[in-house]
Amino acid sequence: MTQAKTLQPDEARQKLKFYQKGTFTVGNRLVSEDERSVQASEDRSNALTSGHRACQGCGEALGARYAIDAAMRATDSDLIAVNATGCLEVFTTPYPETSWQLPWLHSLFGNAAAVATGVAAAMRVKKKKTRVIAQGGDGGTTDIGFQCLSGMFERNDDVLYICYDNEGYMNTGVQRSSATPPAARTATTPAVGPAPGNVFGTGKFLPKIAVAHNIPYVATATVADLHDLERKVLKAMSIHGARYIQINVPCPLGWGAASCDTIKLARLAVESGLYPIFEAEHGRVTSARKIRKQVPVRDYLKLQKRFAHLFRDGVDDPRVARLQAICDAHIAEYGLLGDEDEA
Amino acid sequence: MKTMDHDFAITLDVGTSLANHTGSWRTVRPIYVHRLPPCNDACPAGEDIQGWLSFAEAGDYEAAWRALTKNNPLPAVMGRVCYHPCERACNRAHIDSAVGINSVERFLGDMAIAKGWRFTPPAQKSGKKVLIVGAGPAGLSAAYHLALFGHSPTIHEAGPAPGGMMRFGIPKYRLPRDILDAEVARLADLGVRIEYNSKVSDLQTTMREGGYDAAFLAVGAHIAKRAYIPAGEAAKVLDAVQVLRSMEGEDKPLLGRRVVVYGGGNTALDVARTAKRLGAEEAIIVYRRTREKMPAHDFELEEALEEGVMMKWLSTIKNVEAGAITVEKMKLDEKGFPQPTGEFETLEADSVVLALGQDVDLSLLNGVPGLEMMDGVVHVGPDMMTGARGIFAGGDMAPSQRTVTVAIGHGKRAARSIDAFLRGETFASPPRHELASFDRLNTWYYGEAPKTMRPMLEIARRSATFEEVVQGLDENNALYEARRCLSCGNCFECDNCYGVCPDNAVIKLGPGKGFEFNYDFCKGCGLCASECPCGAIAMVAEEI
Repeated sequence: MTQAKTLQPDEARQKLKFYQKGTFTVGNRLVSEDERSVQASEDRSNALTSGHRACQGCGEALGARYAIDAAMRATDSDLIAVNATGCLEVFTTPYPETSWQLPWLHSLFGNAAAVATGVAAAMRVKKKKTRVIAQGGDGGTTDIGFQCLSGMFERNDDVLYICYDNEGYMNTGVQRSSATPPAARTATTPAVGPAPGNVFGTGKFLPKIAVAHNIPYVATATVADLHDLERKVLKAMSIHGARYIQINVPCPLGWGAASCDTIKLARLAVESGLYPIFEAEHGRVTSARKIRKQVPVRDYLKLQKRFAHLFRDGVDDPRVARLQAICDAHIAEYGLLGDEDEA
Repeated sequence: MKTMDHDFAITLDVGTSLANHTGSWRTVRPIYVHRLPPCNDACPAGEDIQGWLSFAEAGDYEAAWRALTKNNPLPAVMGRVCYHPCERACNRAHIDSAVGINSVERFLGDMAIAKGWRFTPPAQKSGKKVLIVGAGPAGLSAAYHLALFGHSPTIHEAGPAPGGMMRFGIPKYRLPRDILDAEVARLADLGVRIEYNSKVSDLQTTMREGGYDAAFLAVGAHIAKRAYIPAGEAAKVLDAVQVLRSMEGEDKPLLGRRVVVYGGGNTALDVARTAKRLGAEEAIIVYRRTREKMPAHDFELEEALEEGVMMKWLSTIKNVEAGAITVEKMKLDEKGFPQPTGEFETLEADSVVLALGQDVDLSLLNGVPGLEMMDGVVHVGPDMMTGARGIFAGGDMAPSQRTVTVAIGHGKRAARSIDAFLRGETFASPPRHELASFDRLNTWYYGEAPKTMRPMLEIARRSATFEEVVQGLDENNALYEARRCLSCGNCFECDNCYGVCPDNAVIKLGPGKGFEFNYDFCKGCGLCASECPCGAIAMVAEEI
């Protein structure tokens, strides 16, 4: 007869609050309102409201509402957002409609960081406490907006820049960006020829570049861990100076995945180690979110048509192992395995 | 409406995207559903286990107890003697281990006794009288539900005390009698009349004289089955029913130092463990088949082995003499039936107790027209009615697995049918929801947490006394245990759907009220259904 591990009553009491069925859910009826997430509240600002034209199951729409609602709570709704060109801009503001429930500004594809710097300066001149967020997709951040962003970091301007990373130019028809993972099929990296899909380059992981600017706060987050995401936004808003948060937001259209799998994909990206979730302050990594239930990267890749060419004829392409090696390197670099309490 | 002063090249006023009803994109729609939790599905007493656990996990123990006793009036008893098929069905077993439902039930039952919680009597009386024969679990359960319906049940019990096999079959170390008495007293308090030492020998006469409108028969199975075993004159051969029954009287049975029990059911274990407690140095169970084939529950065997009870597998008793028995070794054939081998062995034994099952005393039914007997029990329909109109039967005397819990379920089902019968109707069970199987859940959202084991009395202590073997939970670990429930198939207001919708198309209605979809904006992506931990959302095709 197999015996279940026995918990001592003291131990049980200690773990009580952690081991309810609502441990990882958005809300939990058994804990007080302020212990629940911002998203659990009926009073959340819904900064990105209904009627927007994002695809079914859009990870970016979700990530943007999570982040901006948290920032709205942190600033008592005294907040301005500056948006780079991209999906987020297009699907929320088809003229003359807007989904934004806060002052919102769009200029060009590549200058969101610079415009935000200007807005922050204007607020300072006007002696207002209004806080400023700049946001964009990975194309507008890691490629086109990179110079402006680096300048904003280097000057330590009082802006939180949030990058919603869906790993490509999805708005214009799924082209490759410098954040597109190796082997992924896009419109510009088709799954043909001897090395189908995106190249295995040297990688351009912008959070590390941001850390290298020694700015006060850098974090990665995921729509699969709302509590962690909100905590990071709230923390970022408690700090002044240049801050950067990059959120992994799966794109059902661009990744060729089912619309109901958006959060599952985000979760698998984290649990495989492919997308390390960590935070850094003043140039040093201070903590990493531990993997809870490790999965092989294969489980993550299999759900996406952009990686379908890796599994043709029922055989795993050797590049699956190379992607796994990337995960293993992340796990080693950030210490992603082990007990959360020890972190 | 005021027109804005437009800037250069601007011709339209800024409007909100709320004007854009994205619900028109949808081809499938989410709906909130209820699915049947496996625990509820497995409960022979038809308890809404998940329902009462949800009150317990919020710390509202009285509400939990009231929800529990809607279906079962004996939670403190049940929390001790039920074989908890609910826990075997529990989805949590696929994650770590099943929720300790039985231990939480006992905690609630004990708390109700300690706090003196009482049942709420019905607002109106129907004036109908129902005769119940037998104050065992089926009879008590039927009486309880009939009383709640407003009818007047009277139990005729042949014995001097209530409980049936709960008193005369189950040993005290598994069910202390003060617990049983307390729960029966609460039923009497509700208006259930019990007449003791009142054996019904002629059903029709009793019904006529008492002016009863219907009857529920639950006399149990108290006649020990015998097997022919050649025995010497001085040999001491007893039966299990007799031994366990005499444990309730002043004169405890004299079994001697070496006791052999013959049989492989839970009763055999009860007798062997009782013999150990009465001072037997050796208690050996002789069973003709193997451990795997033994009908007794494994945890009870485990407890018995821990207490030093010995097992003689694959053996039959051929002969009993004073002080010794002869057993023949058996082997299983291809079909799993034991076959004799011709090898014999002698065991020392001061007494032999036969635990070979029980038969029903059906004599009270003599002369009742329409009754059908099958295999020594009364044939009943799904509504528990026998072939005779207005006469219902349940518990061990009807086809049954013969457990307390099944009997309690029979009592409830019979009471519902009797209530319908008295109103000239037929009771129809409401349709069952689709089962909330494990693959319906998204278990990512549940933390890992092993079951809190009920502390066991030290083995040395329990083999010498009749103190309760399994102890209860305290409030801390009962709460912890209740909170391990996954709420399979039914919303527990975790706010996941409300949080994960990219289109804010889930409306939160407030505590206890759940959620609603806003189909004006729901695009039908299915994220809410995927991320619902408990499988309470289904996606259904839109009519296009």
